[in-house]
Amino acid sequence: MRSDRIFNWILRGLALTVLLGFVLLVWFLWNEALPALRSAGLGFIWSTGWDPVSGDFGALPFLWGTLVSSILALMLSAPISIGAALFLTDIAPKSIRTPIAFLIEMLAAIPSVVYGIWGIFVLAPFVREHVHPLLNGWLGFTPFFEGPPFGLGMLTAAMVLAVMITPTITAVCREVFRSVPDLLREAATGIGATRWETIRLAVIRPSISGIFAAMILGLGRALGETMAVTMVIGNRPEISLSLFKPAATMASVIANEYAEAQGDSHLSALAAIGLVLLVVSSLVNFGARWIIERTESKTHV
Amino acid sequence: MSKADAPRLPRIQRRRHFKSLMANAVIMTLAGFAILPLILVFSYIARSGFPALNLDFFYKLPAPAGETGGGMGNAILGSVAMVIMSGVMSIPPGLLCGLYVAEFSHQKLARLLRFVIDLMTGVPSIVIGLFAYAMLVVPLGGFSAWAGSAALGIIMMPIVSRTTEEILRLIPDQLRESGLALGLPRWKVLLRLIMRAGRSAIATGVFLAVARASGETAPLLFTSFNNQYWSKSLSEPIASLPVQIYTYAISPYEEWHRLAWAGSLILVTVVFAINLLSRLLLKRTSN
Amino acid sequence: MQIKNFLKNTTSSLTPVLAVILMTTMPATVAKSETLINGAGATFPQPLYSRWFSDYRKIDKSVAINYQGVGSSGGIRQLLTGTVDFGASDEPMNAEESAKAKAPIHHIPMALGAVAISYNLPGNPALKLSPETIADLFLGKITKWNDAKIVATNPGLKLPDLAIMIAYRSDGSGTTAIMTEYLSVVSPAWKTKPGQGKSVQWPVGLGGKGNAGVAGMIKQNPGTLGYVELVYAVSNGLPVASIKNTAGQFVSPSISAVTAAAKTSSKAIIAADFKLSIVNSAGKDAYPISSMTWLLIPENMPANKSAPLTAFLKWAMSDEAQKTAESLHYAPLPKEVRIAALGRIGKLKFK
Repeated sequence: MRSDRIFNWILRGLALTVLLGFVLLVWFLWNEALPALRSAGLGFIWSTGWDPVSGDFGALPFLWGTLVSSILALMLSAPISIGAALFLTDIAPKSIRTPIAFLIEMLAAIPSVVYGIWGIFVLAPFVREHVHPLLNGWLGFTPFFEGPPFGLGMLTAAMVLAVMITPTITAVCREVFRSVPDLLREAATGIGATRWETIRLAVIRPSISGIFAAMILGLGRALGETMAVTMVIGNRPEISLSLFKPAATMASVIANEYAEAQGDSHLSALAAIGLVLLVVSSLVNFGARWIIERTESKTHV
Repeated sequence: MSKADAPRLPRIQRRRHFKSLMANAVIMTLAGFAILPLILVFSYIARSGFPALNLDFFYKLPAPAGETGGGMGNAILGSVAMVIMSGVMSIPPGLLCGLYVAEFSHQKLARLLRFVIDLMTGVPSIVIGLFAYAMLVVPLGGFSAWAGSAALGIIMMPIVSRTTEEILRLIPDQLRESGLALGLPRWKVLLRLIMRAGRSAIATGVFLAVARASGETAPLLFTSFNNQYWSKSLSEPIASLPVQIYTYAISPYEEWHRLAWAGSLILVTVVFAINLLSRLLLKRTSN
Repeated sequence: MQIKNFLKNTTSSLTPVLAVILMTTMPATVAKSETLINGAGATFPQPLYSRWFSDYRKIDKSVAINYQGVGSSGGIRQLLTGTVDFGASDEPMNAEESAKAKAPIHHIPMALGAVAISYNLPGNPALKLSPETIADLFLGKITKWNDAKIVATNPGLKLPDLAIMIAYRSDGSGTTAIMTEYLSVVSPAWKTKPGQGKSVQWPVGLGGKGNAGVAGMIKQNPGTLGYVELVYAVSNGLPVASIKNTAGQFVSPSISAVTAAAKTSSKAIIAADFKLSIVNSAGKDAYPISSMTWLLIPENMPANKSAPLTAFLKWAMSDEAQKTAESLHYAPLPKEVRIAALGRIGKLKFK
């Protein structure tokens, strides 16, 4: 039909506009980043210096800070999120499932800057006064928990991030657990399995790859987080194993230095960091999508 | 089963049930940990923000440093105006993109669009702000409410598109087939039947995008800028709640900090309300 | 179906209502004939400027001056791109920046600020520090509070055996530029590395975002030492160190000590067309880490904006305006600098 063709052309036109806009965005970033990439080459990614005065720039400390804070956040958040999702699908009485799910989703609605203020005034002192003495006292001899109690640093940032990604992981896990056919649960209960055995065998086991995808989606969310992390991570481009040491992330250095960058090479280095961030978060998001699609096609067959 | 085995069986059973109970307790504790931060964060904002709230806050201009009182009237209005404009700019294209991606996935362009929309959700918001600055603010020769709305729109569009796509995929093919069987053109089937069938769920996604846009600070710093006064035109700098909160939070004055907390309380309350309303709507329509 | 209709009706009727609200409230609140002048730049004087512009609006209702703190470099960049009418900075524009300007840009000094060395120690004693000690602290050569070098200038105090945590600005900032300029002047070692700039590679310590971030870090962490704008130290009730100046006197940062730093350099300031650093200024009452803050006025400003802005600049040099600055913990300009600035403002020519 003619009207259908017109409709299709409208949609294609729109799609092309969006594509063009995105190409423009990438071109803009690339263009800004070019001087930095040209002077340092691919070594930009592996170089550890960040000295705006002498114009020596490298992305590695930020790449490290971003990855470690996000992965740590994931380690903290994953058990909580999976537990919360199981609670919502298999344990909680039906009547409270929706309100609780709503409350968890609300965590995603709080603006990042609000988490940041809370992190500074509530979480950082808590880490300094309670978490640090505990971990440093018991495990201070390992390189992971050494260092003085600043309150601000990698661990605090990871804790804030963990709170922020919990709703994402919980929501996806909940979908995954819900999509497990009730037949499996009934079969397990039917052969006399306890509730935990049912959950373990009939809910968690068939969902492993879905849980994995949920975690990667959460990781993707954590990578790009800016304001809250900037406010609590301590902002020091240094690679250290200790969780109590300050660090910096790719998003935080852009937020921190872009407005007051000195000279064009500094600006360009920040744009290059933005480009690296875009590439890394895209890779992670696609990893998650790919896993989800693979499992979907498997379960549908 | 021998006699000797008989008393052991219940013990295994007891252990299994005990284990199950323990696992239940662990899961419940974990769920509790998931909700705990919400209570902690919200109670802190409410405690700090509530004492600074009064009627003036909602309609007065900010008071200059060293004077008490004043409000964030212009920032509230500016945020409302920009969120509405960004919604007008981004929701229709977002819905159509979602529709295209979901319903025309046999076309290469649709698959490419999906790929790009996925990429767009991963772009840090500050980068979007800089992009809008380079593309709109510099060529037009000044900061404006338009540029701010466009930056927010770029953030909202992929969110709307993705929810639409996900919802449309859940709608059974029978509905499409029955519409086409009636001899309706495809576009009518899609817009009138399919989109309508998913509309309340899609609306939830739209509301989430709106809530997200209301809280964004970074993309506005270099686009809509800020304005101490009421803006008289949309092509001038305009105040917004998140930017005003940010400005006040980094200032040296207690009075301004109090206003920043009050602003945060309003922002969080509005965002919660939008979410709650959209859920209620979803529930009512699905019943 | 009913609900759907209801939804349809409410959404379609809501849109015009909102549009009407927007249309009516926006123009109604402001007179049509008003000129809006936009400025951007340093965050440090933002409270002062917002107060001044608001006070000035009571004098001249036809003009609204809008100022936003985006940082000194940000302000210069916006001014050069032409997205704002005027800029503001804690540092004079450098040659590279001036070369990019389409028209000459005039620096008009507005007020003075100081960077305070602030700390958190049990009992918060009044510390005295020498320039060498300050440099060693920020270089990471002194790591404990009971170090001999600190004890030497504070004989009466009992200093604890506590680790020193240095707090610095993570965001690029004018405050950092002034602090590192001072460190470069007093310490050759600092000058070679890390050097002077709005963001530098700090040898030790933790970064906090904004003056408020650093003030917060100092306030919350015993053993911390950092630098903040004087306004933030005063309003947060933080202790500040007295610093040995070029005359060998220990001077604590105060409004009068900062004005004194400018006063002794008045002649040089005027001779340099106000684009002068007053770090480590001579004079026995001068606080050494002081700086002016400028408005940057481009020559190609249109007449409908340049006239009211010039009028404002003249007003800002008045006793009344400078007193307001003092009430907000900014140091007023010395009288002779103000008189010279007034003359300079009178001679401003716009294309």
